Amino acid sequence: MAVLVIAEHDNASLNDATRAAVTAGKALGGDIHVLVAGKNAGPAAEAASKLDGVAKVLHAESDHLEKRLAEAMETLVLSIADGYDAILTPATTGGKNFMPRIAAKLDVAQISDITAVESADTFVRPIYAGNAMMTVKSSDAKKVITVRPTTFEKVGDGGSASVETIDAPAPAASSQFVGEELSKSDRPELASAKIVISGGRGMGNGENFAIIEKVADKLNAAVGASRAAVDAGFVPNDYQVGQTGKVVAPELYIAVGISGAIQHLAGMKDSKVIVAINKDEEAPIFSVADYGLVADLFTAVPELEAELGKVGY
Amino acid sequence: MKILVPVKRVVDYNVKVRVKPDQTGVDLANVKMSMNPFCEIAVEEAIRMKEKGVAEEIVAVSIGPAQAQETIRTALAMGADRGIHVTTDQTVEPLAVAKILAKVVEEESPELVILGKQAIDDDSNATGQMLAALLGWPQATFASEVEKDGDGFKVTREIDGGLQTIKVSSPAIITTDLRLNEPRYASLPNIMKAKRKPIDAKTPEDFGVDIAPRLEVLKVTEPPKREAGVKVESVAELVDKLKNEAGVI
Ligand SMILES: Cc1cc2nc3c(=O)[nH]c(=O)nc-3n(C[C@H](O)[C@H](O)[C@H](O)COP(=O)(O)OP(=O)(O)OC[C@H]3O[C@@H](n4cnc5c(N)ncnc54)[C@H](O)[C@@H]3O)c2cc1C
Ligand SMILES: Nc1ncnc2c1ncn2[C@@H]1O[C@H](COP(=O)(O)O)[C@@H](O)[C@H]1O
Repeated sequence: MAVLVIAEHDNASLNDATRAAVTAGKALGGDIHVLVAGKNAGPAAEAASKLDGVAKVLHAESDHLEKRLAEAMETLVLSIADGYDAILTPATTGGKNFMPRIAAKLDVAQISDITAVESADTFVRPIYAGNAMMTVKSSDAKKVITVRPTTFEKVGDGGSASVETIDAPAPAASSQFVGEELSKSDRPELASAKIVISGGRGMGNGENFAIIEKVADKLNAAVGASRAAVDAGFVPNDYQVGQTGKVVAPELYIAVGISGAIQHLAGMKDSKVIVAINKDEEAPIFSVADYGLVADLFTAVPELEAELGKVGY
Repeated sequence: MKILVPVKRVVDYNVKVRVKPDQTGVDLANVKMSMNPFCEIAVEEAIRMKEKGVAEEIVAVSIGPAQAQETIRTALAMGADRGIHVTTDQTVEPLAVAKILAKVVEEESPELVILGKQAIDDDSNATGQMLAALLGWPQATFASEVEKDGDGFKVTREIDGGLQTIKVSSPAIITTDLRLNEPRYASLPNIMKAKRKPIDAKTPEDFGVDIAPRLEVLKVTEPPKREAGVKVESVAELVDKLKNEAGVI
């Protein structure tokens, strides 16, 4: 058994989701190689070589790979796929973008967003916004898998794998990078933060998110949102938590002015502790909340900031 | 320009599905079915391109049981011109859907295929990318803005860190994200008109595609249940509980 994990990274550093994919890869058994494809991605390759349990890092460099565009990733991974029985990558927007291309060219079914590895050919994945869990057995010779990062432990450092440079063949079809508008924030990343505080339509407008941000700054928390808050333009798209946004599973999730639609719950119900602040005591969010506070958020959230101050935050 | 729009019939997004006691699947008896919301966004985008004069013809295609015809009718009522219904009662995995769609593309030669980014039943998020690979076409997934740009398209994509803009040459695959547009409702006259629009009936065999599943479903189970907790009376009590009971702050 040989397993290839395709790293998620931004060239300069390795994304934590990669560590979860390595854990899933280990559960399959066998040697683990990590592919770092990028441009000036030396630091990310270096970080990958330190991951615990990784036998080898393959490092590919090219202009096409700088933003890991799907067509270039397909060509590159196909050039080395022969040597592997399983290929995994985190189910981030990056992995979701390129991985199915690889599966299709290998003529195998992609097993999307797995939450558990039962054996080398049997996996669990959520369907219907996580309202059901499906256990599937793959009959394909090669497994192509995307891994839900929140449900696997993140491997630590401790390895010292060799880094081997490999060629990056030019892609046949190609898209062209034009630009990007990345949300800048000094707060922790939504996907890996220990505490997340999210606002919904109840926030009323974008300016009002300031009261949430103040609490976030005290707790070193990430800020998230419901789809309704993103659609209304209160906050950028990458704040969206849910079935079709980001899946998070922090130690503490605080939902403010969010009703708790199934699509939202799909993205946060695996959090360790859930707090809901909502003025409607019938709101479905309370059915998953460990601590529910029926209150107007415009008084409760500033009060929360003040109370946190009293206990040393 | 001709646009192909694959549309899937799925459980309505408002339905909370139940797992069958025998763990063979979810209970779909008497459950409301609708067009996958991301497919609605795809149809809407195609119609807007037609309204702008960028596209001439929109073909909606669905692979599924007899009732999938209703989904095609919905697309026709919104403004698509004609439909193709590939009938099958079997479960068709994204790879098989992509293979059938690749054959439809061969026959129809569209310059653009717009799909949903994800079907809200299987949550695979794979079909559009697979189709792109099979055709050897470029792709722009998770689109929140699409613009015709010379002989291709400029597409803004929703990614984990924010927004990314890429250019793809035509022919291309685009998959839709939530912010791309707000789909229209079909008007009554348009629903009537849609009844007369043609739908071609096909089968997977017509295309010579083997749709046998690659994934055997061993069981479908309930997710772990979360117990509802307690209501706290005040913010002070909440902070106390988080600190001293849950120990998360
Ligand atoms: C295809 C599809 C995909 C989707 N994907 C997602 C997804 O990934 N993530 C997601 O979140 N949603 C998603 N949705 C949308 C989802 O169905 C809900 O519409 C959405 O989550 C609702 O957001 P909300 O809770 O902020 O708004 P609402 O449902 O309008 O709830 C607002 C809440 O705020 C409370 N409130 C209002 N004012 C106050 C106040 N002053 N103080 C306290 N409480 C107040 C109200 O009581 C209410 O409960 C999706 C929908 C579809 C169709
Ligand atoms: N049976 C089907 N018939 C038509 N289109 C489909 C079908 N299955 C998937 N699609 C298309 O592929 C998209 C993504 O689906 P999926 O990859 O299953 O999440 C959907 O939004 C549709 O546009």
